[in-house]
Amino acid sequence: MIDIALPKGRLGEQVYDMLERCGYGCPAIHAESRKLIFEGERARYFWVKPSDVAIYVERGAADVGIVGKDILLEYSPDVYELLDLGVGKCRMAVAGKRDFSDDFDRPLRVATKFTHIAREHYDHRNREIDIIKLNGSIELAPILGLSDVIVDLVETGKTLAENGLEVLETILHFSARLIANKVSYKFKHDETEQLAAAVSGLLARG
Amino acid sequence: MPISEDVLKSSELAVIRLRALYSRYGYTRFEMNNFEEYELYARNKSFLVSDDVITFTGYGGKLMALRPDVTLSIVKNSSDDRHRKLYYNENVYRATADRDFRERMQMGVECVGDVGAYEVGETLYLAGASLAEVGENYCLDVSHLGFLSGLIDAAGFTGDAREVVLRLIGEKNAPELRRVCAERGVSADLTARLASLAKLYGEFDETVGELELISVNAETDAAIAELRAAHAVVKTLGGAGFRLDFSAMNDLRYYNGIIFRGYVEGVHTAVLSGGQYDNLMRSFGKRSGAIGFAVFLDLLGELHTQRRAVSDVLLIFGDSDGDEVARAVRELTDAGYSVRAQREIRGDESTAKVAHIKNGRVKFDD
Repeated sequence: MIDIALPKGRLGEQVYDMLERCGYGCPAIHAESRKLIFEGERARYFWVKPSDVAIYVERGAADVGIVGKDILLEYSPDVYELLDLGVGKCRMAVAGKRDFSDDFDRPLRVATKFTHIAREHYDHRNREIDIIKLNGSIELAPILGLSDVIVDLVETGKTLAENGLEVLETILHFSARLIANKVSYKFKHDETEQLAAAVSGLLARG
Repeated sequence: MPISEDVLKSSELAVIRLRALYSRYGYTRFEMNNFEEYELYARNKSFLVSDDVITFTGYGGKLMALRPDVTLSIVKNSSDDRHRKLYYNENVYRATADRDFRERMQMGVECVGDVGAYEVGETLYLAGASLAEVGENYCLDVSHLGFLSGLIDAAGFTGDAREVVLRLIGEKNAPELRRVCAERGVSADLTARLASLAKLYGEFDETVGELELISVNAETDAAIAELRAAHAVVKTLGGAGFRLDFSAMNDLRYYNGIIFRGYVEGVHTAVLSGGQYDNLMRSFGKRSGAIGFAVFLDLLGELHTQRRAVSDVLLIFGDSDGDEVARAVRELTDAGYSVRAQREIRGDESTAKVAHIKNGRVKFDD
């Protein structure tokens, strides 16, 4: 039995379907219910907040988990990163008003949920920034003049466009990863590798 | 009075067992002051891996530190003309990233002086035996920094790229590793070797053959010979051997040669960490070699989360007078029970048996 932490939402469902096709199905998961844990024959699933998946895995509450590379870069959890699942693709980008131009006279005000990634990005170019940590509706910040730009995930760019914003530069492209707890990997080595190999095979077949 | 193991916490029991183990191989106890001059850590900050040192101002305005690590103190006190085998049992203090102060109980072994095949093997044997003392199901994973750097050099990675490759091997991230190699124009053959090394995991006997296939030059061949020699020593001393896993990583500025991590089932992270640190000795201007490891005893608390009974018997004495209660307690302790006497049940006690005093006599409830 392998414990798998899935991120709530579309990505989690998409990856669950992949796992089901690999023989790790758990029919109960499709039933409408408020349950958080579902036990199949080979795997036990639980749904957690996407940004918490890495914590469950790092602390060993789950053996493996599905998490976006953005979360891995932001929090650097001490885990193994076994596979790139090629789904949940998006990019981390700097966005701002269409008429934005950087004023090098003062620190750039950056609103973001991803403070670590934003800081790294601007550290590399030695640009002084003032980070404004927000937890949601980041797009509001430049509109209201709270910040000059935002650093955020962009999937289609639709939300940005509707609010008069546009991508100014792409920092990185991301996708979902299969991660494993380092200790579980040792004690459930064969089970973990079998799962990774099955998913990898599925990806190769397309 | 004979002491039952039941009264000891798992970490206390581990301390006693590990002291007996290390003494059996001629290691002596090293005791040290809780306070060091901060400068020792400031000069070797990256050796401390993570977290911050807790500092305070000493007499005369000197900046002092609550000891965050033991190895540096031992290295500072070592001299090139003495061969020393030491163990310690000390608390170390760190300030964590989330602004928390933490005291951690640590036990460890250091061998300073001539470090050859026997010393490396003995240290690995003691590491394995330490794990066997603290957990039922355990594994000791060994890596060799000489092998890693030999292979990475052969692939032509330097500077930042080298750090990236080391991190990816540490994450067992073979897909990303292949991508980085492709970007840098590393040959298909070397890429395959690096990816295999990242994925390599298993008992020494079963995986050393694969490691030989990955080996590319004299440096990596020499590393395999060292691993073989160490494994032979561990086996001859009666140890269970070890597994190969190159994801264990330590700072190459201080460590060289064999490094290792120990895991116990039920604890979410490594409970043991160690390696050969000749380079650290050099940074202190010493010629001797050194190898050692630390066991993080505070983590063992994760192993036993069930609530233990407070005592064998909970004696409820109601309105009985002091002497009557004392006699009842004496009767029970003489019979070999541990007893907790209190006037009434509060509902938060967990004991195996409950007894009352009736007409001056102990009566167990059904």
